[in-house]
Amino acid sequence: MKKTVLTVDDSRTIRQMLRAALLDAGMEVLQAEDGVQGLEVLDGSMPDVIVTDINMPRMDGFGFIEAVRGSERHRAIPILVLTTESVDDKKDRARRLGATGWIVKPFDPVKLVSAINRVAA
Amino acid sequence: MAAIKQTFFQECEEQLAELETGLLAIESGETDEDTVNAVFRAVHSIKGGAGAFGLEDLVRFAHTFETTLDLVRSGQIQPDAGLIKLMLRSSDTLADLVRYSRDGGDKDDARVSQLHDELTRAADPNAVAAETKPAKKQPKNAARVPQPEPEPVEEPETSPEDDFVPITISFDDLLGGGGGETQDDGQQVYKIWFKPKPELYAKANDAIKLLREISALGDADIACDISEVPLLGELDPEGAYLSWNIRLATTEPEAKIREVFEFVEFDCDLTVEAEPTPDPDFEFVPEPIVPVDQRADEAGEGPLIPDAVLAKIAEIASAEPAKAMTAANSQAQPAQAAAQTTIRVDLDRVDRLIDLVGELVINQSMLTQRVTEAGIARLSDVAVGLDDLEQLTREIQDSVMAIRAQPVRPIFQRMSRVVREVADMTGKSVRLVTEGENCEVDKTVIERLADPLTHMIRNAIDHGLEKPEERVKAGKPEQGVVRMSAAHRSGRVIIEVSDDGAGINRARVKEIAIKKGVIEAGVQLSDGEIDDLIFAPGFSTASTVSDVSGRGVGMDVVKRSIQALGGRISISSKPGKGTVFTLSLPLTLAVLDGMVVTVAGQTLVVPLTAIVETLQPKASDVHGLGERAKVIAIRGSFIPLIDVGNKLGYREEEADPINSVAIMVESENRAQSALMVDGIIGQQQVVIKSLETNYGQVFGVAAATILGDGRVAVILDVDAIVAGNRSDTAKADVANRKRNAA
Repeated sequence: MKKTVLTVDDSRTIRQMLRAALLDAGMEVLQAEDGVQGLEVLDGSMPDVIVTDINMPRMDGFGFIEAVRGSERHRAIPILVLTTESVDDKKDRARRLGATGWIVKPFDPVKLVSAINRVAA
Repeated sequence: MAAIKQTFFQECEEQLAELETGLLAIESGETDEDTVNAVFRAVHSIKGGAGAFGLEDLVRFAHTFETTLDLVRSGQIQPDAGLIKLMLRSSDTLADLVRYSRDGGDKDDARVSQLHDELTRAADPNAVAAETKPAKKQPKNAARVPQPEPEPVEEPETSPEDDFVPITISFDDLLGGGGGETQDDGQQVYKIWFKPKPELYAKANDAIKLLREISALGDADIACDISEVPLLGELDPEGAYLSWNIRLATTEPEAKIREVFEFVEFDCDLTVEAEPTPDPDFEFVPEPIVPVDQRADEAGEGPLIPDAVLAKIAEIASAEPAKAMTAANSQAQPAQAAAQTTIRVDLDRVDRLIDLVGELVINQSMLTQRVTEAGIARLSDVAVGLDDLEQLTREIQDSVMAIRAQPVRPIFQRMSRVVREVADMTGKSVRLVTEGENCEVDKTVIERLADPLTHMIRNAIDHGLEKPEERVKAGKPEQGVVRMSAAHRSGRVIIEVSDDGAGINRARVKEIAIKKGVIEAGVQLSDGEIDDLIFAPGFSTASTVSDVSGRGVGMDVVKRSIQALGGRISISSKPGKGTVFTLSLPLTLAVLDGMVVTVAGQTLVVPLTAIVETLQPKASDVHGLGERAKVIAIRGSFIPLIDVGNKLGYREEEADPINSVAIMVESENRAQSALMVDGIIGQQQVVIKSLETNYGQVFGVAAATILGDGRVAVILDVDAIVAGNRSDTAKADVANRKRNAA
């Protein structure tokens, strides 16, 4: 079974990189530009893992994590947070809200895939 | 990867524009959360992407900038005027670094490191003093995946050995091997105790996966402790009751083990201890009672919670967020729709289309002419059909032109940087006000406007605005205002650049003009004529066109560039109140409305935009002036008469004004002249074909076109003809005076 990954990031560049890396690893990719769109995508899908950015317009990563964890259908999906730095307060806040793990940008495709494999069934 | 990099730079440009817009909004007092967040996000995104491509300079600067912005965002520092200025300058430098990363070239390390210092100081007033040479510092955030801090893990309150009776389960099946007792050389044995908290499962982490990962590191014996699992009736379905004892023999360092638990560090109790010697007592009882999966199922452990229970809890828990989701969804619709409305098209394709439509226009008018010549009745089906065709052709042409049209916004935005830089250089306080940024102009016109506008803005600040103290003395606010506006007016785009400075110092301008030999001493000039002197070649102190990006470039260069675009520039100035430069530009460079005239048997086209009126001169109105010059008296003022045929060299002798038609034209300085032509054929929209590209530059000719009957006609360069006449007259005047003096 191919793993399906939903990526949520407002940067076109990052979206393109994530897509390339995940497709290379033989995963299916769903993409959204921000939390709001991420929730819309989730409406009709059940990805194995979600990879989300924190800083996004409309609904940021924190709000998105909260919403997913509060959703009956989706709350068991592992969520990995993309952070630009290892600044701990952001990571901590994401974690408190229910993030499963994190990936530090700029990410190395190998690390990305291994982090996904660590949390996804 | 190259394609992604291209995306990155495109995105950078968008982010930079957003950044600047946001900062300017903040400057004008809009310090709401959304604006500040957008600004932060722009820098943050650039940094994120730059990191991915290893653009260290960019990452480093963006990081410093971001740190300061973050403090503004969180309200820890207030964006005062000084800080906003610093941020605007930083955004300029960030733009420079992006362009440097993309195109190479020179970069201003000194500026970067100076701003770096200033930003650091803004974020923490004591910071820079303690640092040395920040430019050489390692980027704090040259973000590598951080190794987990080797900080000591808290000892659990009770030692694992104290209170559990191990019920050991073999994980051999589940983990695919492991349990090997033999130890290879270089292997270290670790004793790991791992007890997940309920939070670990709530965050969708899975103990089994972590254990699987541990077992991949070496030979692992894993024992599950189920001693804490309560009776089913007391069991909290979301509780965590299991813990594991692991004995891992591995060649990997301890950090590698901790890395496995990186995500769950705070959501579990964990100890990792290196075992000094192999411990023969740590034996596993091979008594797998239940496979762990099944076990967990029964216990309701981890993510394997019975569906019914899950559903009930979720029902309660998700009531609020579900509402939030609905609200967010409805909010999402318009934005998504908006995102779908643009496509990217190669400019060459658009230009090819424009060219073809141009040919279509020519063809259509040829057809109309043929039909008329054939004597077909106005109301016949053919003629009516042709009328429709003409209408359609026009509409197609307008629509195609609209594709090339772009708002002037980006170029206006670029000017705000120019304003900042020149204001800094000159020590003046300046506010840029822009109006009509959405006004659309042909892309080529916009591109070629950047340099002239830059010069005009520089001049307005450098020469137009007074120093702050002088302004205060004159009873004006200390901060000067430079205003740029764009508007459509009768088929042209009017761009105005004005300042509220001292206005043109006419005495000084005249003095300079005389000194530089632009005008003769003692010549009587009107205020308008004096103002126009600043457009005269040779007036400016800057001598060459290569000074384009420098300061004080001559206005004659500006004027030439505007004229090359088919535009006009004029100036009006009030002492003490300021100066207004007005640019009048064509909407497109591809077609123009023209009056078709005949001169000495040739067919010429006069751009309609230049024409004020046409008239038949009366003998009593024509007066001679000096040896050659003639003027015509119209409504009380004398206007020079210019014989186009003579000026273009079509005939030696000047035509008789009485038998000519006079076309009153207004040239760029709003001075009127009367062009004498032999007759008027009609009015027509013509497609401009460059003569310069196809043939060469000819005096008095702006371009060529193909008329309805297939003949080539030249389009007059009215300004050139008027200017040529003026200099001829001036030369004759000077010669006359010398003769008289002798």
